[in-house]
Amino acid sequence: MEEVKLLGFWPSSFVYRVIWALKLKGVKFDYIEEDLSNKSELLLQYNPVRKNVPVLVHGGKSIAESLVILEYIEETWPQNPLLPKDPHEKALARFWMQFGVDKIRPAIFAYFRAIGEEGEKAKEFQEVLKIVEKQGLGDQKFFGGDNTIGLVDIAFGMLAYWLECIEEVVGVKVLEASSLPRLHAWAQNFKQVPVVKDNLPDRGKLLAHYKHSREKLILAASSSQ
Amino acid sequence: MADVVILLDAYASVFGMRVRVALAEKGIKYEYREEDLRNKSQLLLKMNPVHKKIPVLIHNGKPVCESLIIVHYIDEVWKDKAPLLPSDPYQRAQARFWADFIDKKLYDAQKKIWTAKGEEQETAKKEFIEALKVLEGELGGKPYFMGERFGFLDIALITFYSWFHTYETLGNFSIEAECPKLISWAKRCMQKESVSKSLPDPKKVYEYILEMKKKLGVE
Repeated sequence: MEEVKLLGFWPSSFVYRVIWALKLKGVKFDYIEEDLSNKSELLLQYNPVRKNVPVLVHGGKSIAESLVILEYIEETWPQNPLLPKDPHEKALARFWMQFGVDKIRPAIFAYFRAIGEEGEKAKEFQEVLKIVEKQGLGDQKFFGGDNTIGLVDIAFGMLAYWLECIEEVVGVKVLEASSLPRLHAWAQNFKQVPVVKDNLPDRGKLLAHYKHSREKLILAASSSQ
Repeated sequence: MADVVILLDAYASVFGMRVRVALAEKGIKYEYREEDLRNKSQLLLKMNPVHKKIPVLIHNGKPVCESLIIVHYIDEVWKDKAPLLPSDPYQRAQARFWADFIDKKLYDAQKKIWTAKGEEQETAKKEFIEALKVLEGELGGKPYFMGERFGFLDIALITFYSWFHTYETLGNFSIEAECPKLISWAKRCMQKESVSKSLPDPKKVYEYILEMKKKLGVE
């Protein structure tokens, strides 16, 4: 069995996507914590182009970009499949993962960086999530089905745990049961899935991490006025 | 039962072109429908309600959206001919990584070359050339990105070649001077019928962009 290593950064939801996928497949791996403010030689060697985490190293060969890593994991360890077999269903799953990149990520970014227009950005973010609720999440418990999570659930994982901490720090709620009932329910269910529940960063530490980042933004915004 | 394949597209779209090349590589018969992006068809709005964008591949009535996702789909459904992605998972991951790089780094930079002016345009040109140089490095001495065979990553990038004339004219620079190896690769790809028949005439693309700029009030 070839060695598997994961280079990560503890607050990163992108890193956790990979952790959950590896654990669901029963793949043993060594986790290496990276200090992104002081990148190691190892990281720069394994991801010279983007210089970020997560990076999966399998048998000495490195793969970067979390969604690329997820597809690699799915293809290399086919047990406990996380993507549908049917090509059209698979394309749909990939569509929603891409939606996360193109629409959710910028919306959450804008919402976190909004100093003085938190309410407005929160509303815009909610509109994006409404699309997921209406068109992405069917009648089943998870994106992957009624009983199992798949890559889309994993890709959206940050909405289920990281977002709560961000909401607390920004001070305006986004994922509310009143306006996004099904997505809110999905988030609560997702957090209870054993592989997720047992693999999450410490809430207190995460809150402090976001508080610190936001304070820096507020400082920068006020000094540029 | 014969497959019914429809492609909703717009001739100048680098994303739409990717699908045309993939379909041509596989020899798939399909109906091409040109969309007027300022007056989108009911079919487009119905088949891609989330983004309302082209390309959309409609296979036996079911839509597939997002160009690279469509190329994956085509490769998986019509798997007996001309494989587009390598079979090895690590090679596939490399192809996907670089396609992601193209869509993130190259796409944003190229847009500002034809929409911006002055310093913003200069910065965009720099970023664009930098990204192309990284890709050129990745190509190395190989005939195609994944080796001896034309495939997924070549498809992801070659479509931008039809826009090079537009970038060079509006940005006043020569891409060949900066990335000669990449231009050799592009010309090699263009010798394939699946590519040359799928890409529009660069002069037409330039005219289209000039018209777009006028309509957008960007001079």
